[in-house]
This record gives sequence, C-alpha cells and structure tokens, in this order.
Amino acid sequence: MGLEQELTGVAAAYGGTGTPVFHPTRTDVVVLRMGEVVVKAHSARDDAEALRPRVRAAASAAVSSVMLAPLEPQVLAAGGRAVTVWPAGRPISQDDDPRAAPWEEGARLLARLHAVPLTLLPALPPAGGPARAARAVGRMPGDGPVEQLIRRAFKELPEPRRRRVAPLPGLLTHGDWHLGQLVHRDRWLLIDVDDLGVGDPAWDLARPAAWYAAGLLEPAVWERFLGAYLASGGPALGAGDDPWQRLDVPARALTVQLAAVAVVNAGREGRELDEVEHSLVEACNRIVKA
Amino acid sequence: MQCPKCRGNMRTYDRNGVHIEQCDNCRGIFLDYGELETLARMETQFHAAPPPPPPVHGGPAWGAPHGSGHGGHYGHHRQRSWVGMLFST
Repeated sequence: MGLEQELTGVAAAYGGTGTPVFHPTRTDVVVLRMGEVVVKAHSARDDAEALRPRVRAAASAAVSSVMLAPLEPQVLAAGGRAVTVWPAGRPISQDDDPRAAPWEEGARLLARLHAVPLTLLPALPPAGGPARAARAVGRMPGDGPVEQLIRRAFKELPEPRRRRVAPLPGLLTHGDWHLGQLVHRDRWLLIDVDDLGVGDPAWDLARPAAWYAAGLLEPAVWERFLGAYLASGGPALGAGDDPWQRLDVPARALTVQLAAVAVVNAGREGRELDEVEHSLVEACNRIVKA
Repeated sequence: MQCPKCRGNMRTYDRNGVHIEQCDNCRGIFLDYGELETLARMETQFHAAPPPPPPVHGGPAWGAPHGSGHGGHYGHHRQRSWVGMLFST
C-alpha cells in the first residue's frame, strides 16, 4: 500500500470523509485533507523523536487558544514516516492582496505563544530557526558569485556570544513563522509544530523583518506587524526602545536563508533570479558591507 | 564677457547644472535664457519634497533605503515569487 493510501486510511480513522485532497507543500512533506481532517506525513529527514513532545505541546491547554490542537496527541507512523493528525482550518488565500492578510493577528498570536511558561509544557527540543538557516545555505549546489556572497554573509553572522545585547532566557518559539502558518477556525491559530521549541523568540519576527529590510515588505505593513507584537506585550525584543538590537542578527540570518532558498528554487526551475529574489541577494550584499 | 552694469569682467560658474556669470567687480549675476526658471523649479522641488519621516521602529544599518523612491520593490504584490515567499518555509 502506498503512502497516500495509508494517509487516506488514517484520515478516515479520525472521521475524515469525502475525497482526499493532497495539498501542495514542500517536496519532502505530504499533506492530505479529507473533509474536516488533515493528515501530515512529515519529512523523512526530520527527527520523529523530537516531533513527539512538539505535538504533545500543541495538544496542551496552555497553548489552546494560540496553536491548533492535534486530533491525536501521539505521533503515528505510515510508510516509514512520522504522521500527525489535525482538524482542518481555513488558510489565508494566496490570491488576496498580502497587505490585507491578518498581520496583526499573526503578531498577537506570536506574542502570546512567546509568553507561555515552558513549565506548563512537556520538555521541548531547541526551536528550529537557526538550524533552518544553516540547512538552506548548505543546500545551494553552485559556487558562482551569488552563492559565494550568500555563504560569506552566513559565515560572517555574529556569534551569539559576541552580540551587543545579552541573550534572553529561552522561550517558547514557533521556529518557522510565515503567513502559511495561520489558519482560521473560530479564530486565527498558529499551525506547524515541526520547529516548535525553546529558543530566541526574535527569530519568529525575523522573516518579516528580513522582508522589510530587503525592501519587499512595505514599511506600513511591517509597522502593523511589529506594532501589534509590541502592543500585545510580546517579550522577544526586550524592554529597550530599539527593537533592532535583538532583531538584527536573526533578520540577517533569515535574509541569508531566504536568498539561499531563492537560488535553489531558481536553479531547480532553470531560470535566473527575478527582481523579488534579487532584492534578497542585494540585502546580503549590504549585510557583508555593514 | 563684460558686465552690462559696471563694465567689469564677468566670470562663468556652474552651480548644480545652472550656468551663472558673475561680475568680478560689482558681484552682479547674469543668468542665461531659461536659467531663472531652472532655479525656481529647483527651489520648488526643494520645498515640496521633505524627506519622509523615518519608520517608528527604525531599521537595520543594512536595510534597503525605504522611502527614497529607489530602495523599495513594492510593485510586486501579486508576483508569484513574493506571494510564494510569504507563505512558505
């Protein structure tokens, strides 16, 4: 029996009805929706042991109004892959103007996630943000000037111990936040526990920060996002009046990561970088000169 | 060229693309045809375009020069790579 058939069986066992629909996602992940049930086969590369406490954390009462709770708090197995089961939610439409997306809601949810005491949750592994940046840079095959620039920007990222602000104690951190990580049920909720863990929560704000610094995200939208985070008492940026003290390094890392992903995507599709992707390379160039 | 007022010697200067003759003797200034309009236009632009206020929460030293009219790429709201980036890892 193939993986897709096994996943359909899992969805049916949890009450899913109707025609299974496979959702386009990363090439190493399979997401199937059947009626009100979503089944996710995680990447074979991922650590199934690290996934278990992450799914149990999402099932805990402490995050119930912040993260989507799984239908099954245990990690299942199918076709040699770790499988998790979730209720279906409505994602943000990619056809709508991104400026109309619920940026404030996303920021408030992150602020509340970061404020959840770790003592209320199972012991969690480190959040996945920093490892993601390293993996993305490692996946670039070529060695042209653009790849060299991105590798240099990554290599020259300031070490945590040499940063000008003292690190905060580790907090609950999503680890991979973007607009695809929000679904609506009776309210907006965060999804995807793959990188959930203990970390520097500034990394959750770093992707929008990198878009803003690359000149891609409009300043007004960035201010809506950051302003909502700060107004909700989000702890990631400390008490000072310059949020970039704590955002600077993770935003540099995310800029490098996004540029590396863009190079890999363009290479796979056999095309040059487009204007949007090139602005990330330009940002890497400014980073190495800063 | 001789100063039309005091007959002193006039010297030519270029200031921001405006061609100016100034008299060494009486310091009087002579403008070529159209140069007064050029000066007036530059003055209007200077007063009409104050720099946009900096964002409330600042930005990094390496950030794109927002608001200058050259740094942003905001015309891409529905461009596939931008929307894809907003929604993916």
